[in-house]
This record gives sequence, structure tokens and C-alpha cells, in this order.
Amino acid sequence: MKLTVWTYEGPPHVGAMRVATAMKGLHYVLHAPQGDTYADLLFTMIERRNHRPPVTYTTFQARDLGADTATLFKTSCHDAVDRFDPEAIIVGASCTAELIQDDPAGLAETMGLEIPVIPLELPSYSRKENFGADETFYQIVRHLAKPQERTDRVTCNILGPTALGFRARDDVEELTGLLSEMGIDVNVVAPLNARPSDIARIPAAHFNVLLVPEAGEAAARFLEREYKQPFTKTVPIGVGATRDFIAEVAAITGVSPKIDESRLRLPWWSRSVDSTYLTGKRVFIFGDGTHVAAHARIARDEMGFEVVGVGCYNREMARPIRALAKDYGVDALITDDYLEVEQAIEALSPEMILGTQMERHIGKRLGIPCAVISSPVHVQDFPARYSPQVGFEGANVIFDTLIHPLVMGLEEHLLTMFRDDFEFHDDAGASHHGGKAKPQPVDASGGSFSSKMKEEPHAGGDPQINDNVIWLSDAERELKKIPFFVRGKARRNTEAFALEKGLHEISLDTLYEAKAHYAR
Amino acid sequence: MNVPLTPTNGGCRGAPVLKERGQREVFCGLTGIIWLHRKMQDAFFLVVGSRTCAHLLQSAAGVMIFAEPRFGTAILEESDLAGMADAHEELDREVARLLERRPDIRQLFLVGSCPSEVIKIDLARAAERLSKVHAPHVRVLNYSGSGIETTFTEGEDACLASMVPVLKDTTARELLLVGALPDVVEDQMLSLLGDMGIENIRLLPARRIDETTAVGSNTVFALTQPFLGETHAALERRGARHIAAPFPFGEEGTTAWLRAIASEFGVSAETFDKVTAAPRARARKAISQAAEVLRGKSIFFFPDSQLEIPLARFLTRECGMTAVEVGSPYIHDALHGPDLDLLPAGPQIAEGQDVEKQLDRALAARPDLTVCGLGLANPLEAKGITTKWAIELVFTPVHFYEQAGDLAGLFSRPVRRKQLLQLEAAE
Repeated sequence: MKLTVWTYEGPPHVGAMRVATAMKGLHYVLHAPQGDTYADLLFTMIERRNHRPPVTYTTFQARDLGADTATLFKTSCHDAVDRFDPEAIIVGASCTAELIQDDPAGLAETMGLEIPVIPLELPSYSRKENFGADETFYQIVRHLAKPQERTDRVTCNILGPTALGFRARDDVEELTGLLSEMGIDVNVVAPLNARPSDIARIPAAHFNVLLVPEAGEAAARFLEREYKQPFTKTVPIGVGATRDFIAEVAAITGVSPKIDESRLRLPWWSRSVDSTYLTGKRVFIFGDGTHVAAHARIARDEMGFEVVGVGCYNREMARPIRALAKDYGVDALITDDYLEVEQAIEALSPEMILGTQMERHIGKRLGIPCAVISSPVHVQDFPARYSPQVGFEGANVIFDTLIHPLVMGLEEHLLTMFRDDFEFHDDAGASHHGGKAKPQPVDASGGSFSSKMKEEPHAGGDPQINDNVIWLSDAERELKKIPFFVRGKARRNTEAFALEKGLHEISLDTLYEAKAHYAR
Repeated sequence: MNVPLTPTNGGCRGAPVLKERGQREVFCGLTGIIWLHRKMQDAFFLVVGSRTCAHLLQSAAGVMIFAEPRFGTAILEESDLAGMADAHEELDREVARLLERRPDIRQLFLVGSCPSEVIKIDLARAAERLSKVHAPHVRVLNYSGSGIETTFTEGEDACLASMVPVLKDTTARELLLVGALPDVVEDQMLSLLGDMGIENIRLLPARRIDETTAVGSNTVFALTQPFLGETHAALERRGARHIAAPFPFGEEGTTAWLRAIASEFGVSAETFDKVTAAPRARARKAISQAAEVLRGKSIFFFPDSQLEIPLARFLTRECGMTAVEVGSPYIHDALHGPDLDLLPAGPQIAEGQDVEKQLDRALAARPDLTVCGLGLANPLEAKGITTKWAIELVFTPVHFYEQAGDLAGLFSRPVRRKQLLQLEAAE
């Protein structure tokens, strides 16, 4: 047993639902108890789908257990086929049904249905959502792909995008455009929007583009083995990765890469002097393996950040992320426990986090800006506007996404310079969004004590005492001159420095020695 | 004290109930944890289940998951399925670690799930054993919130019912008010009853274990929520007597509910009117404003929380709507009867669900407003059917006089929005 509050991934049958919901003309009959239908709302609410996921649940209840859940499964299966008239069905069990051992696969096979029945074995107590998606898609391809002649023109399939995939909708569009510029047509995109009859046509393509390794790798490997289709290893997220991807495709197909980079803005935006302040910003990156790897490269090579930590929650990607971490000279954090992630972030105290919905909340708690780069995500990361991650437009989108949470460089300087200005005092907040500046309370001498009210609700007066370290008044005054959004960090660093040196008082000199100690 | 009149066409209590079995589109009882843990401030809810259970709680709790919630899931792993003795040791260890980390916890609920029920982990015995280990600081109880046994709000019922046997004994004549309500609503309720001179009021659940109440043969109890069938039975087993009443939704429901208690305690008509006159007038005014757009509109309820029957009663009688179908996961005559009496005859009353058939009926009827879960709401909206998602009715303060306008507002908002949006291309 393992005590859990937050989970980065759902159970494997949710992965199967992501594949089923992505496709058309396919139905999923899921042997599951009442209540498991909660997963429908991930698709209807977070992804805002305008239809129900194509899933029929057997909804067995306690009173069915003594009787005949197997018959219930068969009836549900028949009803679903009659009502939805799918081209194929996938059948499987959720975690509870796995325990009652009805064997949906065997039952469905004996029903004599005229459409293909694809059984799924998803071990709920050892694997998770991404495995469920990968395995389901692999089984669908294995059962439905038919030997074909290659197309006359050079074509490829795009493999891996599913329902509830982070930016899957726009990534497919951007990638299709990129390939089209190279003179390559897309044969089948799967599972997103594919029909079972489309899956049959997959072997007609010359090669495969593996867009989402988490959900498409098993199928890509099968197609390579069985139909001699090579697949791409680079996921084109970021400028460098996109160029590498183009070169990889050129090498596979022999087409000469003619690429129009006129809409690519990230390189100039990043070189422009406005971006100088991004240099060496310390970032921590966490998410699914694919997005973490892509963003580590973007962060270091294209934004000029310093990567201080990387990690992923899906063990399937542990090996490549460990290798990547070594390359970047940092430790890899492979965990699905968000408390460990929080601990790592606290210890590294980065200036920015690139992560999932969860890291966004950790960032909020620790006061660290965060941009979301990977699933799991909430409804706001299924945007209405076009916002791919892959290709050149994806790079533009990522540049904007990564800089928006940061206080802009000029703003940072102005806030420091005009710290005591009536509009830029400590209570005004770091952003011009939301919270309006409150007028400063003024004491009799005309000075301000707003910063005191904010910083020292606990202090008994100067000098301030914290863990046996005393701030002398000149150091305390100097600390106040540091912009409020980095002041907490400066205070912590200085105190840590003092403790380390065995000092019990912090003087002005100690403050600046600490500053020099932590300088990069 | 003017008693609410039963409708001239006879009400729905004797109406034939359409009982259906098939696919259900409902939450399981684990979901109740999300509001129960807010209410019981020293309780922790430990689900013994699978990753699916954890994922459900996370999906249903939304952002609440980040606020150090007092609930969690002990996820069963493959090794737990192999040997049973092992599972108990594992549970003891996880509980000890949890209680060490959260010394503020005074009551711990071991919540059964489908997997733990199917492999028959004896959580009742585990609770007894753990109670001894961690006594007297922590009391450990157990109930099942599994989908195979409970639907959505029945999770609260199962939880409260598990507390009834351990309540202290009393011979005092006390009023016990049963059902978790938002604090603000609970305070309004207590103040109304207090103003009528009714004393010795106890609450189940109490906000903290130290305030936990007693029960005995002189206890009378009233339910504030319509889904407390098991708790009702457990209290009767302890000798307490139920005060049957319509549920306190809307002005009329609140008045009828208060009146049933007032009669039990011999409150004079004069006192009753003096206490309720002002809030009744306020509630009527607020309802009439919010309900303007609801008048004459039809409504269809998918089963969800067992709140459907009292809410249909409120919407038809106080907001001028017509009910087409009122679906409820379970109908319990002792609990829902008084509301069925008042609900004008006409709608199809349905118990249970075959979601595909029910969708066919809803699409054929094309009601003006459909109350349903989040898995169905957007798909129905896409077909041009206006919906009100049902879960909000459980999370939002909607009981008693001061919330009556808000309650009507929850239903009128989607209708008003439909009228406001001009998204079709100009012809």
C-alpha cells in the first residue's frame, strides 16, 4: 500500500479511454463498477468535448457479484454494438473487474460478433495511464493493420496523439504543415480522429513520425518490425529539435529539406536585448519524459536559462531522463510523489519552474513563477486559440509561454529604482494584473512602514531575531532596499550563510559576503 | 401556521415509479469525502482502494487537492493482492505514519472501495484493532464508499451511519439534526430553532469529535438531507424517532420542515409566525426575482444525489416550472414521501438508471432545462439542450430561507445565459 493524495497519472483503463475517445467508429466496452464513469468528465469538461466518450460501462453493483457479472458483460457488449454500430470494439476490465476474473476478452470472443474484437490486458495494480494508452494503441494497430502496397508519393503516419493529450490537436496540424512543406503527405494520423478502417491503411506509409512516444512507441516498434516502417526518434519541440527532426526525415526519405523559416521568431526574440535578463535564470523542469527532454534543450540552448534540475513521473522514460540529467550535470528526479517534487524544488530554489498543473500549485505556494509544459493539465491548458508545441509556431508559442510568468526585465529594474514611489511600494504587487496598489500607510515622520507590516508580523522589534541569528539594524535596513519579491530569498540565503559560518549576528558586511557567496 | 396544500391533482406519492437497471452515469460514494472532510475538522478519510479511487477523488476535488486536504488513498499494489495478512500489516503501518504526521487528527475513517470490498479486506476489524492501538487520542471507524454499494451522496449516509453505534447514550429529550451542511447554513438553522425556544439541539456530524452527541429513546431527529436512509435506520435502531417532513429547500420547504419540528416541541403558532415571518418574506422576494425566467419552463432530472425529488417540488411549486421526469438513484418512502406528496402529479418518477434509454427520453422530450452530471452536460448542450450540472447543488449552500434565492438562481442562470448569447451567424 502507498498513501497518495495527488496522482500524476490515472489508472491504465483511463489511458485506453484516451485512445478510444480520440478515435471515431471505435467503441470501448469496459467491465467496471458503478462510479467509474467519473472519467467521462475528464473528456467532457477538461477537454470540453461535445460528445460522450465512446465507452459503455457494465456498471455492476454489489448484488450482481454473487450472480452473473459475466452475463451482464455480454449483454452490455451486445447493447453497445447494436446501439453504436462501431467498426470495431475494444474490451477490457477496470481495476475492480480485474479482481473478479470474468475475462472480458474471452467472453467477447465467444459472442460471435461480426466486427473485430480487440481484447486489452491492462494490469491496474502495477501500471498506469500512459502504459494503458500505449498498450491499447499497440493492440489496435496489431489487430487492424493490413499489409498494403506503399503509396506512390512519399507519405508518413503521425503516431501517438490521443484525447486529453497536451496540445495534441494543434501539434498534429503544425506537424502536418511542416511535413507538407517538405513534400511529404500524411497517410494516417492515429489514434486522434482515426477510424478503425484508417488503422488498416497505416502500413501504406513509407515511415512513421512518432509524435508522442508515451502513447505510440509500442505501435511504432511493431510497425517497424512487421511492416519495415522506420520511425523518427526526435520529437520536434523547440527550434533545434525541429531542425534535427527535418534532417532525420530527410535522411529517412531522401527528400531535400526545403524549409521556410520566415515565421520562426524565437531565435530573434531570444537574441534581442530585451531578453538579456533571461540569462542564467535558474529553472527546474518536471513533467512527462518527452516534454521534459524537449524543454531542457530549449531552456538551455534557446532561452539561455540554467537548468538546475530535471525529472519525470513516468518510469517508462526514466532511462532517457537520467541520461539527459547527466548531460546537463544535474540530478534526475524520477518519482510520482509530488511531495518529493516539492522538496526538490524547495531545496534547489529555482527562479522558475517548468512543469505540470501540480508544479504550478507548488510554484504558487513557494512564490516561484511557473509555466505549464506537460500533462496532467487543467481546463485552461486546452485553449481555444491555436497553440502548438511542435515545429516553428510551437517554438514561438513556447517562447511567449516561458517568459510571461517572469517579471519583465525593465519592470524589474523600475520596481527596484522606484521602490519607495507611491505606485511601486511593497504592497503594490509584482504585476500590473489584478490587485490594485493600496495607498501606503504613513507614519508621523513621513516614512513608510508598509514593508514592516508585510515582513514582520511576528517580530518583537529591531533587531530581528530568527533561529539565534540576529539582524543588526544596518543590515536590516539594507535588506529592506532589496526588491520585495526577492527579499525573502535574500533573507534566507543570508541566514543560511551566517549559520554555516557560525555567526550569530548579521551585519551589513555579512549581508554582502553572503550575496557574494551566492553570486553566480 | 398555514400548512402547504397538497396539489389538487393528488401529488406523486402513489405514482408508478419507472425502475430501470443498466449503465449508470453517477459518482460512487467516495465523492462524499470531499465535503465531509471540510465539515468534520478533526477527521481524516483514508480510502483503501486503487489508483482509480485516487484519480476519482483528484478529479472530483479539483483545486481542493492542493490545500493539504484531510483525505488520501492507500493504493493497493500487486503485492497486497497476493496475501491478506500482509494487507493488514501494510494498513497498520500506513495509518501509524499518517497519524504521526498529522497529530491534529482525532477521528480516522477507513473508507472501503470496490477493490477492497471485492477482495474482502476486513476494514471493520482493522478499525477496531487500530482504535485500540491509537486510543484514546484517535477513534477509528469504517464505512464503505464503494461504487458497488453506494451512489454519490450515499457516501455521507454510510459515514454518518457508521458513527451512530458509537454515539453516547442519553435519556434526555433532545433534538438531533442530521446531515452535513455548510457552517453558514447550519448557524441559520440553529438560530431559527433557538428563536422558537427549542433547546438541547445536537448535530450529526458535529464539527469536532469532542462535540459528538448522544442518542437515546427520547431523542427525536430531523434530516436536513434526503439521502440519509441508512443513518435514519441506524438512529431508529438506537430508539430515536424520526420527524418526517419535506426537505428545507425554498420558502415552502423550509417552513414545512421547521413547522414539523415546531409541532413536535409544542411551539405556539404565534411564536412560529413571529420567528419565520421576516425570513419567509425575504425568501419569497428573492425567489420571485431569480425565478422570473423559470416560469412555465420544463425540467428533466437525471439521477445523481437523491436531492432530485425535493428540488423538483421546489421548482414546480415555487418557481412555476413543469417537471417532465424526476430521476433519483434511490427512492425511500419514509424520507421522500412528504416531498412526493407535494409534487404535482404528472412527471415520470424514475428510480435507478439505464443512461442510454434515459438520454433517448430526454432528447425526445426536449426539456427547457436538464439537470445532469458533468459527463452528460456538454454533450447535451452540444445537442441544443440547456443543462444545469447537478454536483453544484451538493457543494453550494442551498438550504433554508436565506439561500432560497440562490437556489432558484442556480437553475435560472443557464436559462438566462442561453437567452443572452447571440452566437449564431446573422442570416
